[in-house]
Amino acid sequence: MHKSPRPADSTQAMRCYIILITMIRDRAGAQGNAVEVGDLTLALGGRAVLAGVSFTIAANEFVGVLGPNGAGKTTLMRALLGLLRPARGSIAILGAPVAFGNPAVGYMPQFRTAASGMRLRGWDFVAGAVAGHRWGLPLLGHADRAEVARVLALVDATALARRPLRDLSGGERQRLLLAQALLGRPKLLLLDEPLMSLDPHHQHAVVALVRDLQRELGIAVLFSAHELNPLLGALDRVLYLGGGHAALGAVDEVITGPVLSRLYGSEIDVIRLAGRIFVMSRGQAMERDHHGHADHEHV
Amino acid sequence: MFEYDFMRNGFVAAGIVAVLAGLVGYFLVLRGQTFAGHALAHVGFTGATGAVLVGGSPLWGMVLVTVAGGVGMGLIGERLQNRDVAIGVVLSMALGLGLLFLHFFTAYATQATALLFGNVLGVTTQTIFALLGLALVSLAGLGAIARPLLFATLQPELAQAKGVRLRLVAVLFLAVVALATAECSQIVGVLLVFTLMVCPAATAQLLTARLGAGLILSVVLALSQAWLGLVLAFYTDWPTSFWITALSGAGYLAATAWASSMTRM
Repeated sequence: MHKSPRPADSTQAMRCYIILITMIRDRAGAQGNAVEVGDLTLALGGRAVLAGVSFTIAANEFVGVLGPNGAGKTTLMRALLGLLRPARGSIAILGAPVAFGNPAVGYMPQFRTAASGMRLRGWDFVAGAVAGHRWGLPLLGHADRAEVARVLALVDATALARRPLRDLSGGERQRLLLAQALLGRPKLLLLDEPLMSLDPHHQHAVVALVRDLQRELGIAVLFSAHELNPLLGALDRVLYLGGGHAALGAVDEVITGPVLSRLYGSEIDVIRLAGRIFVMSRGQAMERDHHGHADHEHV
Repeated sequence: MFEYDFMRNGFVAAGIVAVLAGLVGYFLVLRGQTFAGHALAHVGFTGATGAVLVGGSPLWGMVLVTVAGGVGMGLIGERLQNRDVAIGVVLSMALGLGLLFLHFFTAYATQATALLFGNVLGVTTQTIFALLGLALVSLAGLGAIARPLLFATLQPELAQAKGVRLRLVAVLFLAVVALATAECSQIVGVLLVFTLMVCPAATAQLLTARLGAGLILSVVLALSQAWLGLVLAFYTDWPTSFWITALSGAGYLAATAWASSMTRM
């Protein structure tokens, strides 16, 4: 019995075509996107922090990651670092599946009080992170020292790196942390709450510094914050996390009553006042303003 | 004074141990784990007395038990909420058990004093070789983990993100600390391990903010305090451990005064 070969052939052709398209798309992804997240669910202790989230961040974008406490900002960053395995969905970093210890990803964790009390000088603190995952003695070669000097110069911290950590202000320590995150020329920078417990003046200085570096180096930056206002004017787009969902877009598209109400599934008002934006739920501000930062240290 | 065998042996033994204690102690102080070092020494006392009871060598009994204790502490790690309380409970139980072992082994009261307060002038040539071997093993271990250890100490979250296995590094480090503790006990005794492991390192960290200079200074301080303690003991006939604790304590207090006067300026 002979069957006509035509239907099988066309299916085959279709399949080849799909594979080809996928390859082209993946190649474009490899060159064009810093982060691709598809249908991502992240769970902590059995509770879904994010559920079915998808978004794509381009290779040279400055994206603010916003949302109230517990919305999953740190959890998302840990997943992007490969420290937390997704309950479901996929993460691609710079076109490759997410991997633990990726040298192309720079990370600035929230500053720990342990290191802030040390008498060690800033230079040794930054240099301690140079290829720190390798076994052996912490001796730095010529190239390593040049790399430390480069990142310190980038954040204008060459002079303050000579002082002990405990003598530095919060803003000065943030600059050292940023220098550390820039070691090894990462293509993607994840900054976890760099503005926490800084006063408004230092907040603006940190935002301006990150914005300048992001443009100068042509890298992607994810910058998480409690509050949107210090970041206004610097961001390309905002990734707003809330109620287990995420919305990514320009500030004016995302930070609106209808979008945030849909995210939370409850009534949210957005008030624009004198160039600042306030997100309100039943008359309460959802993001705390500058004066509330003393409270953040307990979080 | 060098015409006496026991003085020559004492100098060599104290020298080996001081170098090791200065280096390991620097990281111990930087990590804020000094209490763990203190606790390991107490646990070691049980090992030493237990070994004597069954007819073994106190040094090896101590090494065995402190290393097991260090690894155990590292594995439990930060899961314990009240770490200081837990360590305190374990170390008092260990000392109590050590006392029980001594009770069954009543013949040697001097043995107990030697374990608790050290007996550097009773060190034999055989013990020196054991100390040297153990010191080389723990220095090799420290050298192998120094880089990730420093990274994990300064920036644990970043280190973890960059691929450092924090738990493994912590366990390996405490094993090194355990060996160093067992060595120190031979010189100054289990109760005074702090004096060689912590005082010189803490003093060095008060005096310099540079990592490399701090490590060197820590070794120089530990070495000079141990040797000077021996010289003073020789001429005064007072216990060596007393002189070492007096010198290291005075050094630390002087450095604290200097550091606070520098901050006020």
